[in-house]
Amino acid sequence: MKVIGKSVIRKEAFDKVNGRALYTNDYHSVSMLSAKLVISPYGHARIISIEYKDALNMPGVRAILTGAHLPLTGESLRDRPPLAYDKVRYHGEAIAMVVADTPSQAKNAADRITIQYELLPVVNSPTEAFQPGTILVHPKLGDYVKEQDMNPVPGTNIASHVKIRKGNIEEGWKESETTVEASFSFAPSDHVAMETRCSIAEISPDGNVHIMTSSQAPFMVKQLIAAYFHEDLGKIIVTTPLVGGAYGGKASVQLELLAYLASKAVGGKPVKILNTREEDILTSPCHIGLDAKIKFGADQNGMLKAAEIQYLWDGGAYSDKAADMTRAAAADCTGPYHIDNVWCDSYCMYTNHPYAAPFRGFSHSELSFAIERTLNLLAEKLKIDPLELRRQNAILPGNTTPTQVLLNKSSVGNLPKCIDRLKELIQWEEGQVVEVSDRTIRAKGISCSWKTSTIEANAPSGVILTFNRDGSINLMSGVIEIGTGTKTVLAQILAERLKMDVDKIHVRMEVDTQTTPEHWKTVASRGTFMAGKALLEAAEDVIKQIKEVASPVLRAEKNDLEVANSRVFLKDNPSIGVDFKDIVYGYQFPNGNSIGGQIIGRGNYILRRISRMNPETGEGRPGPEWTVGAYGVEVEFDKIDYTYRLLRAVSVIDIGTVLNEKAAKGQVMGAMSIGLAFAGRETFYFDEFGRVLNPQLRTYRPLRYGENPEYLVDFVLTPQLDAPYGARGVGEHGLLGMPGALGNALSTAAGVSLHHLPLTPELIWRTKGGEENAFL
Amino acid sequence: MLSFDFDYYKPVTLKEAVQLLETLEQQEKKTMVFSGGTELITLGRIDLSITEAVIDIKDIQECRVMGLNEKNLVLGSALSLTKIEKANLFPLLTKVSSEIADHTARGKITLGGNICAKIFYREAVLPFLLTDSQVIIAGAKGIKVLSIHDIFHEELQLEKGDILLQLETEKSFLGSPFLCIKRRQQWNSGYPLITICALKVGNEIRVAISGFCPFPFRSKVVEEILNNDRLSLEERINTVIEVLPGPILNDVEGSSKYRVFVLKNLLREIMMSLKVEV
Amino acid sequence: MKTHTIVLNVNREIHMVTVRSADTLLYVLRSKLGLTGAKPGCLNGDCGACTVNVDGWPMKSCLMLAVEAVGKKITTIEGLKDTPIQQAFVENFAFQCGYCTPGFIMNCHSLIEQHPDADDEKIREWLESNICRCTGYEEIKNAIKSVLNKD
Ligand SMILES: Cc1cc2nc3c(=O)[nH]c(=O)nc-3n(C[C@H](O)[C@H](O)[C@H](O)COP(=O)(O)OP(=O)(O)OC[C@H]3O[C@@H](n4cnc5c(N)ncnc54)[C@H](O)[C@@H]3O)c2cc1C
Ligand code: FES
Ligand code: FES
Repeated sequence: MKVIGKSVIRKEAFDKVNGRALYTNDYHSVSMLSAKLVISPYGHARIISIEYKDALNMPGVRAILTGAHLPLTGESLRDRPPLAYDKVRYHGEAIAMVVADTPSQAKNAADRITIQYELLPVVNSPTEAFQPGTILVHPKLGDYVKEQDMNPVPGTNIASHVKIRKGNIEEGWKESETTVEASFSFAPSDHVAMETRCSIAEISPDGNVHIMTSSQAPFMVKQLIAAYFHEDLGKIIVTTPLVGGAYGGKASVQLELLAYLASKAVGGKPVKILNTREEDILTSPCHIGLDAKIKFGADQNGMLKAAEIQYLWDGGAYSDKAADMTRAAAADCTGPYHIDNVWCDSYCMYTNHPYAAPFRGFSHSELSFAIERTLNLLAEKLKIDPLELRRQNAILPGNTTPTQVLLNKSSVGNLPKCIDRLKELIQWEEGQVVEVSDRTIRAKGISCSWKTSTIEANAPSGVILTFNRDGSINLMSGVIEIGTGTKTVLAQILAERLKMDVDKIHVRMEVDTQTTPEHWKTVASRGTFMAGKALLEAAEDVIKQIKEVASPVLRAEKNDLEVANSRVFLKDNPSIGVDFKDIVYGYQFPNGNSIGGQIIGRGNYILRRISRMNPETGEGRPGPEWTVGAYGVEVEFDKIDYTYRLLRAVSVIDIGTVLNEKAAKGQVMGAMSIGLAFAGRETFYFDEFGRVLNPQLRTYRPLRYGENPEYLVDFVLTPQLDAPYGARGVGEHGLLGMPGALGNALSTAAGVSLHHLPLTPELIWRTKGGEENAFL
Repeated sequence: MLSFDFDYYKPVTLKEAVQLLETLEQQEKKTMVFSGGTELITLGRIDLSITEAVIDIKDIQECRVMGLNEKNLVLGSALSLTKIEKANLFPLLTKVSSEIADHTARGKITLGGNICAKIFYREAVLPFLLTDSQVIIAGAKGIKVLSIHDIFHEELQLEKGDILLQLETEKSFLGSPFLCIKRRQQWNSGYPLITICALKVGNEIRVAISGFCPFPFRSKVVEEILNNDRLSLEERINTVIEVLPGPILNDVEGSSKYRVFVLKNLLREIMMSLKVEV
Repeated sequence: MKTHTIVLNVNREIHMVTVRSADTLLYVLRSKLGLTGAKPGCLNGDCGACTVNVDGWPMKSCLMLAVEAVGKKITTIEGLKDTPIQQAFVENFAFQCGYCTPGFIMNCHSLIEQHPDADDEKIREWLESNICRCTGYEEIKNAIKSVLNKD
């Protein structure tokens, strides 16, 4: 293989270092109006009145919208008004929207709108939400329109309940000599893509709805706007240029709806709505929180026999994607371990918190923290080395998953091998704790993960290839370039298949839903797999067409022809052939006669044999394959003040095949960095009114240069047989094990069991009883 | 983006600036001294600050001086923090300054702006409190020179129309041993959980603290206890905790009880590092 | 005065623009001069995506009013052409989504100008002014160090 595995430079690299790369907010025109939101200052309140007459008379104001008469929205359950009506259910919820000529005018008018509230009691955690008889966030839950997979429980705050019943849990406990039980929790947090979300809408007189948006799911935007507002699907054209980071947060459809409504309110004029950082954190959907209870049972040899799991997901005020995450978490609820008896209840809970979008890893880094901490507690109780405990229970081909999928060598990676490699890289033999000085120690923690992608069973991906007259190719796929470099990897796959120079493949970065074939959503590390499959089919199509035209020209059977180096030629005599440039736009004979035409290749893919989960047992096939990984984190810990530094972080992931070495490592390191920040620092701090106290980057702090550890990334290569060149998804996996590994390292270092995120020195101090002993 | 409008003036002489302030005052225009200007720019966009006029003082010579005379170090209020760090005439200040915000932002944030800021950490004032510096202020009634202890109580007690011009620090302090620690909620970025600065003058230790209360302070009582050689180190630290001013901050950076724990550790570290005899 | 017609020197070109006192340099660069390389990420001085170079030093253009920039030499990412640091960012895979990249490059460019011999500590001090959410900073470190070491 020549191109696969190489660190080919991203196709859009030069635009990005020259400031020429354009993101949604970089598109602007003189006629474009600006929209500005008025957002709720409280977590839960009744809206008594909205007074906006003065605002309407302010200079430049074109329209003011409120929530009355708008349809309910929501991907799985229609529970969310685009603008709050009657009640606000979370801090930051949009209540009114001003459309004005300039951003300043819109803001000035928005500041003039006065809203009266009557405060309501706040549901401030999923555990509170779960209490019988508590305040209801959605008293009318039973009335909402829902998708088939949703199991809401009217009269409670349960937006959806997903059950896993595998084996016989009673038997499992009987077989268990040792059991451990523990609870874990953390509050919601944020994705913090550096580009805040932005959408532009325009409705032309012919009724075409043009949306440009920073999204991972432009095709979903199209589908949902059609569904919610009864627009013709074909008249909705959604364009997505480059996206400045997403991490799942831009897979939800939210701002687009507001842009559409704003444009509609001003007769279809173009309207831009750009989130401030504060709105991006508060108003747009966030990273889910969790309260978890885990109970594991193991026999005397430390083999896991039973798992009883309760996940209370903090879906926030609206269920949107949280319900899907609740389901994905159930499907992989145990972590990558073989357990015959599993009982899991995964609940999507309503609270008065910002609602959740997917977050890189789709509930797996979150559940993994709870699982991996519990495993360490079990190892301690069993007096087994935590690495050994994981290795001996590692999921293997021949085992079944919680949803009872029988795994084989292709559908699951090689976890024991990942663990073995981790053991070397983190220098496990050296010991989990090493003294550095009388005050500091180095401590290590490990974890494992697995993940399948529980995306829609009929999710499609398509690719179109067109040729240029010089024999180069244009590659069009609906995958969004959110930073993952997927489109460059696609070019590599194509170059490999056609045995041609990757520089002669031009990738269209921008996606528009009218001319680009659909790729369901750029999520779940599935871009390379699905678009890659479609691409390979398109490549075959192109090869077939080229050979068809070349056959009469070269006077040879199609089967005798070969395509490579931008030529088609005789297999047994490569000197006889035609260059692409002479054939891909039709072949012209010396007398002028021509045959063929522009070659246009097509390919598509749809996931196969994915099935819905049984509502009573969870049985079903939720995704195509399971990527596995093993992780370690080493910290330097101060025994006196509980501060620590991240020294090293290790990820060993079975990625099947490395398609682009540096890009793959970059994906993993980047994911690890987000995971460590989530584990160690990032969280929303709520007050008793459900207000987020830190909605700015000054106080909500992602990792900065120099705070990062040294990264050690390695790959195990167990090919997934049906994937392009055997590659498995890898975009998310670096993140998954970080919270668990850091939690284990610090619990070991501090000598206490840590059960919450973020793992701050204050948390360690409090867990060590600091608060009770404190004088104040 | 600031949605409100204001008049922008950039006088080049102090006289002009003072007169402008007076005139605008007479016109009852809400006026703000604008040094680095980051406060208006960042708080204005979230409706926590508003003004009708600003007077940018960065072109005024007196606000830009930086140098040593026979007795003192003189630092102009409009000097950016990075400028001060680069010159490094006052190592303690360099150290404190280099931990405020971030390097790029410190190219805009000024000494005077930080000391007069609404954002209550005002970390740059700590070195001046420790060195009994003089504060030079220009106002309608002329120039005033005051001990920092007479004018800085939680914040600089300026009168309407006053401009902080300079800070003057005795040269003799510039070489004194010091230690300055900024402890954050987590790792190396963000506001202080607690910033503590200590200076050793002769055998005596002086400390000033930001981030513990909603204002920076230096306390005589605290220092007396820390320097009381009839008490053991632990006794001193425990007694200090009892005499600290209040309220103790309790916010997203950390709870008040945790801050006490952190402060105790910091005091211990300082006493040991600066070898205060116990 | 609430509005001003000012002269800005951007990328060695002189531009005359009418601005409000309240307009930030970032806003004017993007909306009046069409230089969209500098990005808004927070408008609060926290993220560094808007970083440009003013008189040789890095500046968060969201923290500066356009009127304050009169008489200064402003360089934005569009003003850099084929510099070693741009090349190093490409070669080292020092970005993914690329949104933070103009700001990072302008900060690195200033660092190289001011401290061609910067050590690790100096690099950390300067580069912690910018947030990159995509990379783990490792590649950015390699990029800046490859350029500094060359000198
Ligand atoms: C990204 C960022 C991070 C920050 N992190 C920290 C931190 O870690 N620690 C910390 O202590 N602070 C921090 N701050 C706060 C910052 O130091 C203050 O906001 C400070 O005001 C900024 O200085 P400036 O020169 O821009 O002030 P300006 O905005 O010019 O002024 C601030 C206030 O002081 C008044 N003022 C300024 N100069 C004078 C003068 N000469 N005479 C009279 N009044 C005057 C102004 O009218 C205004 O009210 C941070 C700020 C930012 C933007
Ligand atoms: S936009 Fe200027 S620092 Fe974030
Ligand atoms: S490359 Fe995406 S934020 Fe840096």
